[in-house]
Amino acid sequence: MPERLRPNRKRFIGESVTRLEDGPLVTGRARFIADLNFPHQLHARIVRSAYACGQILSIDVREALAVDGVVAVWTAADMANVPNIPFRATAIQGLGPYTQPPLARDRVRYVGEPVAVVIAEDAYVAEDAAELVIIEIDPADPYLDAFGAPPEFAPGHSCEPVVINKGYGDVDGAFADAHRVIELDLSIGRHSAIPMETRGLIARYDEARDVLELHGAAKRPHWNRDQLADLFKLSPSRVELYENHVGGGFGVRGELYPEDLIVCFATLKLKRSIKWIEDRREHLMAANQSREQRHLVRAAIDAEGRIGAIDEILYHDQGAYVRTHGARVADMTIGLLLGPYRVPAYRARAHYRLTNKTPAATYRAPGRFEGSFVRERLIEAIANDLRRDPIDIRRLNFIAPEEMPYERGLSALETEVVLDSGDYDGLLGKALAFADWDSLRAKAAERRSAGELVGIGFGMFVEKSGLGPAEMVDMTVETDGSVTIVTGAASLGQGMETVIAQICADTIGTDYRRIRVLHGDTNRIPYGFGAHASRVTVMTGEATRRAAVIIRAKALDLAAEILGVDAAKLDIIDGVVLSLEGAGETLDLGEIARHLGPTSPLRKDREPGLSTVAWYHSKHMNYPYGVHIAQVRVDMETGQVAVEDYAVAYDVGRAINPALVEAQIVGGLAQGIGGALFEEFLYDDNGQPLSVTFADYRMVTASEMPPVKVLILEDAPSPLNPLGIKGAGEGGVNAAGAAIASAIDDALQHPGFVRQLPVTPQYIRRRLAETRALDV
Amino acid sequence: MKAAPFTLHKPGTLEEAVALLAEYGEDGGLVIAGGQSLTPMMALRVAYPPHLVDINAIEKLSQLTVGDGFLSIGATVRHAQFHRHFVEAGTLGRLLSSVVHHIAHYPIRQRGTFCGSLAHADPSSEWCLVAATLGAELRLTSTSGDRLVQINDFLDGAMSTTREPSEILTEARLPLLAENTRFGFYEFNRRAGDFALGMALVAYDLEGGKIRNARIGVGGIEEKARRLAAVEAALEGKTPDSEAFAAAAAATVADVDAMEDPTTSAQYRRDLSGVVVRRALEIAQTATRF
Repeated sequence: MPERLRPNRKRFIGESVTRLEDGPLVTGRARFIADLNFPHQLHARIVRSAYACGQILSIDVREALAVDGVVAVWTAADMANVPNIPFRATAIQGLGPYTQPPLARDRVRYVGEPVAVVIAEDAYVAEDAAELVIIEIDPADPYLDAFGAPPEFAPGHSCEPVVINKGYGDVDGAFADAHRVIELDLSIGRHSAIPMETRGLIARYDEARDVLELHGAAKRPHWNRDQLADLFKLSPSRVELYENHVGGGFGVRGELYPEDLIVCFATLKLKRSIKWIEDRREHLMAANQSREQRHLVRAAIDAEGRIGAIDEILYHDQGAYVRTHGARVADMTIGLLLGPYRVPAYRARAHYRLTNKTPAATYRAPGRFEGSFVRERLIEAIANDLRRDPIDIRRLNFIAPEEMPYERGLSALETEVVLDSGDYDGLLGKALAFADWDSLRAKAAERRSAGELVGIGFGMFVEKSGLGPAEMVDMTVETDGSVTIVTGAASLGQGMETVIAQICADTIGTDYRRIRVLHGDTNRIPYGFGAHASRVTVMTGEATRRAAVIIRAKALDLAAEILGVDAAKLDIIDGVVLSLEGAGETLDLGEIARHLGPTSPLRKDREPGLSTVAWYHSKHMNYPYGVHIAQVRVDMETGQVAVEDYAVAYDVGRAINPALVEAQIVGGLAQGIGGALFEEFLYDDNGQPLSVTFADYRMVTASEMPPVKVLILEDAPSPLNPLGIKGAGEGGVNAAGAAIASAIDDALQHPGFVRQLPVTPQYIRRRLAETRALDV
Repeated sequence: MKAAPFTLHKPGTLEEAVALLAEYGEDGGLVIAGGQSLTPMMALRVAYPPHLVDINAIEKLSQLTVGDGFLSIGATVRHAQFHRHFVEAGTLGRLLSSVVHHIAHYPIRQRGTFCGSLAHADPSSEWCLVAATLGAELRLTSTSGDRLVQINDFLDGAMSTTREPSEILTEARLPLLAENTRFGFYEFNRRAGDFALGMALVAYDLEGGKIRNARIGVGGIEEKARRLAAVEAALEGKTPDSEAFAAAAAATVADVDAMEDPTTSAQYRRDLSGVVVRRALEIAQTATRF
């Protein structure tokens, strides 16, 4: 249908429309889990281990139980029938013995591990009584450095449950024939997501309906429902999960944790609602941590800098238990390590090791923040070795657009890695022009010659998004003409309601403000695969488009009959069906919905309701890609690094809402800069966490954030969905460590200076002393 | 993160306050004024005072006045009262207003107090450094009356003072500075508002182009803020130039007994001590060139 025939058709895809969800959020009317209360609810307080490793000798709960208002104090013995926390489907076998019990059984394995729970009439009473639980522990030496030989986890089980191997090609041959071999030893510090809202849950057993409700769900409500049903031996139809407003997730919120099992157990046992709100100190020792890895990586190169092979050994510090992600982060680190480069032969071994720290799992761009740091350090080391410009080395090794789709011969997230589309060289060129690369470099050089230590850094990355396997939406046009979409995906505050509404409105031909997107209620929709892995806009978005196409066809079909006009000569503009010729009667969507009502004679034998369910299945992820460019200034005397300026270019295939894409990138970058320079969970030699307040766990504030320029590109739409969408959630974090490390090297005019993240002032001073000692 | 149970007392007069402290101080009762350090410690259950004596309602403790040669800072005078240059305090007023912005964040400065910072005795406290460098005199009040203590006899180490449990730090007196006194303050921290990893305050009188009466202090480096006599001696009579400053920095590094913690080595802090002293001297030199 030619565009000129519908002058009034308003487009929503590609427009930076304002967010639908902001009203309650900005007027203080939102409802977060802590805002929610039920009559006669009780409060849970977790008693946590003060030791990183040791045998539990005794737990004395008598004093706590005697406190007025305390209803119950339980230990592992009281929850013996509740199984350990399960992990999601993974190809990796043998992880079962390493899962976490809801309350520590016999041994404690990290500081902060739940050992007992106090249930009381009041949150204050619960916290006071929790201090009276006396846990006697015989401490043992903790295992804290995953690079060291793994001790025994339990009799017959090593702290290294698995070594993951991936690769292809003749690696040894390539190294034997190499012009040069470049070798690096790189580390990434332990850090994680710190959402503004801590975790929280209310479990409620509804005796009237014989249903277990869990409020405070996020990320993967349906999977969690099924698992809880399984753990507590209930039919899934008797378990309902509800989402509230969510103040950030970034990977850590919405997984099944010990607390989820504890509150569900408690409500089933006590038949009263149980509320648990995590405090900040708890979050910093109980929520999943991430990123801690050491990489020994080698590249075989030819005389021009072409990569012949990469040989990688990863030591992945998983912390104390295998949690819901299994070994996924270690697995995808090596599965996605190669980024945009052609690597003819590859061998990777991931040593997945359990230490006496808080368990680890995914955090925004899991495995890729780490992998991009390693890969881009390696590229720059190759360039330095050959005295070539690292940009040229990148170009030399890029996979070309005409090679797409490109089968890596590797897997990640249980799918084969097939790069779907991308023009890496094209994006690199545009990014350099956008950031004014040559002039940035020239100005930095000028300032260096005046005595300042200023440098420009670069990081190239390939993200992944749109993880399947499937998503469905249930779409209904209401009799008032508004559209209701029910999805099993979740919202973590990222703006998914707006984006889904835009796709629906654009496809049907109505206003996006007439669309209501309902999510986070397992009772309303049978299936959902959640909000993670930059998948919602791709998966729910495409399911929405499909449903909207059906709705539009249904509406036009009935309207054609009523109006007596050929459906092909009708359009829907702003929710009204009208003739393309401009004359004649019109029908709005609400009227059509009424005419399709079950008792409407006009419906004839059509299915009742202007509604449909649509599915989208996807076997493969898609792969957005981009560039980070950082300008930093180093204070040699203090070791402080200031990020002065920043640019990100990102090809997302199709930006449904460019303003939201940009917000994703800038927000992600704040976390990326945190991981590159500031944030780190540190432990002392006894395994005591040193970063349990915001004074010690340093997040980036507005004062540390540089100005950020964002270039959103749509040059390589994904061939895997008709709109060409790729996810935008993780590109802002991905190459921040890589680009900042590169910029610090440049500022100090010392290639290869940065070998670990975060780059703290203390690290810079130590490395300076080290490199000076080498110079002498 | 909720405080353990405690009893809050809100006396209206100093007499009542010291009586309460006489009764509860020995058992761990504490004075609360701004509460910007104490209440987080209570919420984290690091501090468990069974009684808190809230002195905010005691009118006469809120006074900020200039006396004969000194500035008198009452126990409930907030950091924020130094946001603007306190004109009557002359050069000292300018010094305080240049330091205050380094203390935590704006909301905290609205509530936290000068005397509370001294009583808390965090090694990274800006006010402890100011008091130690300029030679503050403190008034401690109890049911037995007042006792005047020099700051150096008051600060006893990290988070430790010689205050008796029954005493309230009711007033801090800072000597006014001469018109020709130059000063510079430099603080290094990871993020805006963070605790200092190291900081220095310098003040000296410029007479005939030479440094006289140098007062050089460092904070965040040792267990307590301290004047560095060796550095002052190295500067006395010198022309304030880069050579003198470099010598002062070297003297600082040689003189300090730097703390270490799991994230920061003594070596790092020792190196930093010289840097902050030199930068504070440079600020003192340039800030007075109008």
